[in-house]
Amino acid sequence: MQEITRDQLLRKAKELLQNGTVDRVMGWKKGEFDYDLTPAVFKTEGDLSEFVYSDFCGANFSKYLVSETRADGKVLVFLKPCDTYSFNQLLTEHRFDREKVYAVGIPCDGMLDASKIRAAAGDFTTVTAHGDKLIVKTLFDGEVEADRNAFLPDRCVNCKSKKHVCYDELLGTDGEVLDSHRFDEVEKLESMTADERFAFWQGELSRCIRCNACRDVCPACTCEKCVFDNPKSGVENKAAADSFEEKMFHIIRAFHVAGRCTDCGECSRVCPQHIPLHPLNRKFIKDINTFYGAYQAGEEVGTRAPLTNYSKTDIEPKDAAERGKTHA
Amino acid sequence: MPLNENGEYRPLIVAFCCNWCSYAGADLAGNNRLSYPADVKIIRVPCSCRVNPTFVLRAFQRGADGVILCGCHPGDCHYTSGNYYTRRRMALLFSMLDYLGIEKERTRVEWVSAAEGAKFASTMNDFCKTVAALGESKRLEDLRCKK
Ligand code: SF4
Ligand code: SF4
Ligand code: FES
Repeated sequence: MQEITRDQLLRKAKELLQNGTVDRVMGWKKGEFDYDLTPAVFKTEGDLSEFVYSDFCGANFSKYLVSETRADGKVLVFLKPCDTYSFNQLLTEHRFDREKVYAVGIPCDGMLDASKIRAAAGDFTTVTAHGDKLIVKTLFDGEVEADRNAFLPDRCVNCKSKKHVCYDELLGTDGEVLDSHRFDEVEKLESMTADERFAFWQGELSRCIRCNACRDVCPACTCEKCVFDNPKSGVENKAAADSFEEKMFHIIRAFHVAGRCTDCGECSRVCPQHIPLHPLNRKFIKDINTFYGAYQAGEEVGTRAPLTNYSKTDIEPKDAAERGKTHA
Repeated sequence: MPLNENGEYRPLIVAFCCNWCSYAGADLAGNNRLSYPADVKIIRVPCSCRVNPTFVLRAFQRGADGVILCGCHPGDCHYTSGNYYTRRRMALLFSMLDYLGIEKERTRVEWVSAAEGAKFASTMNDFCKTVAALGESKRLEDLRCKK
């Protein structure tokens, strides 16, 4: 169950609107169902009647600030701990004006993954949390009680930090940077043979429909003109015509965010094909940690990304693939 | 499948060589009549760091079986620091390719100076042999590019 309730967020939003600290509020609106909430901007206190908050508010708001801060006035944004890393990374890259944002940190107890619930309980309409228990109202089987922890998305199971690295104000209590198992999956893949790895990725990536959602949602992908929109790139927006294009797309996508990925997990969350994209990003994070020393994008503002930096004693590429595995 | 006179596979190798050291090294190998397989297709680049990861992927797409980058020795880059960036970029890219199942033996970075004609020839001989042993690379190949 989340420590902070809708009422607390609403009260804070109204207070900041009233005293003129902010002019707009970023929040969530109900979608077709309780679990498909949509990020929304509220301009007046009246609008806020549509404001919702639940275990399905997983969207990382940081990237929205790039376009949201173009308008005049200040915007209120609620940030989960993991979102604050992306927030910092965007500041490092000068993607929005810090002065135009009022950031309120909110604690997070892990969000819920609607597809996991659906897989276990069937189609459902609403979910209510009671402590660690969930009451899932299904379409056909009435109410089902379930253990909340079983329905956390992978990114929350392996959450890297419950600590906010940046905020103007904090609601509730701050947590700690966690000792997560986020590289377990990467290590499992690394221990396979090249043939097995290829078979795994071929199976996953060939399902890609090139909707570009993973790129669009990524707080590290904020270029105005993206290489994938260039018809001359050979990998522009189109469904994969053959096996090469999807691999090319995924390697380039992951490479472009190498050293800048904040491991927020949004790419995997939005993929309509449920392709596990985080093991690609995390491979780069893990390699960077192994080769060039521990580095997490977004931990601080103003750090130099590993790929825009070098040392005279860097590892040679021929040793890299091996060392990437053994020094795990 | 192209075979040599001993019936072994002749791999297609793309070698990106920087203008200031490695390309001159290749030249020296030629001047000294040091032989290396004709299967190595050299592409001259101004500096090793000109090689965008896409070039490497593109080479595999168009049917290369192995890709090698050659540049000045670290510290000797004509543009001071280009090859230091190359080193990081390619360490990560090649490790990622290996992770996706494109064997790490198919990719290599080697530092070859303008005076190292012999090193250039032996590097290419060795790389060709390694890649030949792995056979054709199909994993990043684009069927439309097949002749
Ligand atoms: S690549 Fe994925 S995990 Fe990394 S910052 Fe982008 S959306 Fe988040
Ligand atoms: S979100 Fe999924 S299906 Fe869409 S482009 Fe990304 S990997 Fe492919
Ligand atoms: S000029 Fe040779 S590596 Fe930069």
